[in-house]
Amino acid sequence: MNGLLGTASLLRLVLRRDRIRLTVWVLALVGITAASAAGVASTYDTAVKIASYQRNIGSSPASVAMAGPPVALDTIQGIIVYETSLTVLIGVAIMAAMTAVRHTRAEEEVGRTELLASGVVGRHAGTAAAVIVACATSVVIGLGVTASVAAQDFGTGASLLYGASVAALGIVFAAIATVAAQLMSHARTATGATLAVLGAAFALRAIGDVQGSGLVWLSPIGWSQQVLLFDGDRWWPLAVSLLVAALLLVGAGWLTTRRDVGSGVFPDRRGAARAGRSLSSPLGLAWRLQRGTVIAWAVALVLLGLVFGSFSEQLENMVEDNPTLQQYFEQTGGSVTDAFFGTALLFMGLGAAGFAVASALRLHGEEGAGRVEPMLAGQVSRWRMLLSPLVVTLGGAALLVSLGGLGVGIADALVRGSADQVLRLVALSWVQLPAVLVLVGLAVLLLGWAQRATALAWAALGFAVVIGWLGGLLRLPDWVDGLSPFQHLPQVPVEPVALAPLLALTLLGVGLIALGAVGYRRRDIG
Amino acid sequence: MTTAISAHDVVKTFGTTRALDGLDLEVATGEVHGFLGPNGSGKSTTIRILLGLVRADSGETTLLGGDPWRDAATLHRRVAYVPGDVSLWPNLTGGEAIDLLSRLRGGLDERRRAELLERFDLDPTKKARSYSKGNRQKVALVAALASDAELLLLDEPTSGLDPLMEATFQDCVHELRAEGRTVLLSSHILAEAEALCDRVSIIRSGRIVQTGTLAALRQLTRTTVIVSTQQPADGLAGVPGVLRVEHVDGKVHFDVDTDHLDEAMDYLAPLRVTSLVSHPPTLEELFLRQFGESVEPVEPTDTESAGAR
Ligand SMILES: Nc1ncnc2c1ncn2[C@@H]1O[C@H](COP(=O)(O)OP(=O)(O)OP(=O)(O)O)[C@@H](O)[C@H]1O
Ligand SMILES: [Mg+2]
Repeated sequence: MNGLLGTASLLRLVLRRDRIRLTVWVLALVGITAASAAGVASTYDTAVKIASYQRNIGSSPASVAMAGPPVALDTIQGIIVYETSLTVLIGVAIMAAMTAVRHTRAEEEVGRTELLASGVVGRHAGTAAAVIVACATSVVIGLGVTASVAAQDFGTGASLLYGASVAALGIVFAAIATVAAQLMSHARTATGATLAVLGAAFALRAIGDVQGSGLVWLSPIGWSQQVLLFDGDRWWPLAVSLLVAALLLVGAGWLTTRRDVGSGVFPDRRGAARAGRSLSSPLGLAWRLQRGTVIAWAVALVLLGLVFGSFSEQLENMVEDNPTLQQYFEQTGGSVTDAFFGTALLFMGLGAAGFAVASALRLHGEEGAGRVEPMLAGQVSRWRMLLSPLVVTLGGAALLVSLGGLGVGIADALVRGSADQVLRLVALSWVQLPAVLVLVGLAVLLLGWAQRATALAWAALGFAVVIGWLGGLLRLPDWVDGLSPFQHLPQVPVEPVALAPLLALTLLGVGLIALGAVGYRRRDIG
Repeated sequence: MTTAISAHDVVKTFGTTRALDGLDLEVATGEVHGFLGPNGSGKSTTIRILLGLVRADSGETTLLGGDPWRDAATLHRRVAYVPGDVSLWPNLTGGEAIDLLSRLRGGLDERRRAELLERFDLDPTKKARSYSKGNRQKVALVAALASDAELLLLDEPTSGLDPLMEATFQDCVHELRAEGRTVLLSSHILAEAEALCDRVSIIRSGRIVQTGTLAALRQLTRTTVIVSTQQPADGLAGVPGVLRVEHVDGKVHFDVDTDHLDEAMDYLAPLRVTSLVSHPPTLEELFLRQFGESVEPVEPTDTESAGAR
């Protein structure tokens, strides 16, 4: 196995570089699972509540599409799996994909692989080290999940099976990312391709679960969820996961021997010899570099909006059949569809924030790569360098929430046969923007004053997503919830648009950006 | 003589590293000024201060009559820069990168752009991520050389270029000088500095240790002489300025301080010189001597004397 020579030392290097990153992933995913499992257990603490959960949530296609197969919902353990599995599954898949790409294609792209490959290191050693770390971390997360649910009386067998199903998905996505890293000559496209596969896996299993069809078997997430905890406890679907992962890894190994270090299997195409007219300013460059990302996000959010919107009619029927829920919504004053639209818009806001934070921090990556220096050596002031790309960031975020709202509105119009909500939803989607602006402000502040801590902006985003996604389940103190700017937004359309909090968040965001710009003007570049 | 760049007593620290430690640098308008020094001596840091990318802790710096930190954006209309380590946007083509960099600086000469692409044999339709190091360097060079900048700051611009391209680059610099433009050229390649520079400054540990024309710098150093005489030259070691006298194969090898050369010749002449080889110090020797390493001077007779030692 000459090709694997030096794997051990590369493994140590990867662990050394990623020890904090991986620890955060493990703690975050295990912590969220443990906290939400405990939250579910204490929320549904009587047989009546469990029965009502099964009746209402378990029969809602919207919920099944977002969560997974509705099995064993007459037990609290079944509800815990139903509520927690998708979050940790998607989390572990993203972790594995990012880790695998980061230590293969990304390294190769900056030329470090060449440096190592010229030493006593086998051709496959780098890939092997990355895959081992990604898979081992998946297993650790799986064990953490096992421990978290064992605390909720899952029993040894089911706890282990749940953990294994999580680890198996991580392993599959480490393998998918490894193949993508061989095919693409660019880390960004390799990660993007892997996440697109994850999106497709989610969609296939969502449709399959709603229809109860075999489509789930085309999805790696499906394999992990088809262990059917507390309704058969099957181990064999995980054998499918491991077999596919093994085949993919063999394929990746074969691809490695088929291509040159530094290039992908798909070669780069040629391009224009002259720059278009718009490529003449930091703003033009930002648009050029980010337009692909904007389009990808736009497609994703429109699709998500369409999925959300298509459930609106079913929701109304569901509430009509259920006096308890009806009463609940009469008390809170809104209609069930409005509450649902509110959640949909929050998701659009969080998605737009994900784009916006990445977009704002782009400048950090550009500086690290030495591409800001030559721009500032032109007639570009620091102000312009920092602020003009924010037009793409904030304009992109506004476009994304609008398109998400439009998606919800169009699907709703199609299923109900009335387009009266479309414009309202697009307009209300803008309520999310002040919260996005605050996260962008934080990113800019860090760019100006604490470059090394830019990861904090990601942490703040992750926190906002977790609070938005799991919110009440975690039962955190109000002030902790309140650290997410999205918590301060009026909950439209149930609540009216309150201007005061929107204005306050906007001022905070602008203030943070201004403060960041002051720092950026004073500090050394590079 | 007007000055394009003047730096006085510039200090810059990065944490505990003192990258510049009282640097003084003068570059006259219209000259090609070599900026030489070992790795980590502060060349790139100096250039980045001159571009206002990095702020000096103390000291005064003037660039084209302005303050490089405060007036950065306006001064840059008149300055072109080639970084030491060129990094390009992976999914832009070389041609697009050249246009972008030039437009950010304030325009370029179209005819010259086309001509330089030709001369540097660069394909502008390739994506930057598929360029070799040398080709990335060429992109930055074309963008800088096609500009109408009066001052060019070039940080090791030829690292990664092959000898043919190196020659093309030297031609371009000669043309720039003919047009009266000013060039600050940091380099490790001494032959390049010898071929191009009017004056050089040598930096070490953040200080300029020597500056002047190549001729003047050579003046400060020693000439190596190999001579044979009919009468023994035993008293040579006593002549002022003469060092390292060695007798090899009936010839005398010695170094002499360049300003004592005439005294040595006066001493030798009556002894009836039968052969004499002397060579001025190369920049290489000058450079190495500055940095304290003891180097064997390059000896033209090396091969024949090797066996005798
Ligand atoms: N951003 C920075 N942070 C910390 N230290 C730095 C930074 N930039 C430069 N230094 C340090 O300052 C010193 C001078 O570096 P500089 O890059 O100016 O050297 P140089 O003469 O250009 O070297 P080379 O010939 O290798 O390019 C080095 O010790 C370097 O490590
Ligand atoms: Mg340097």
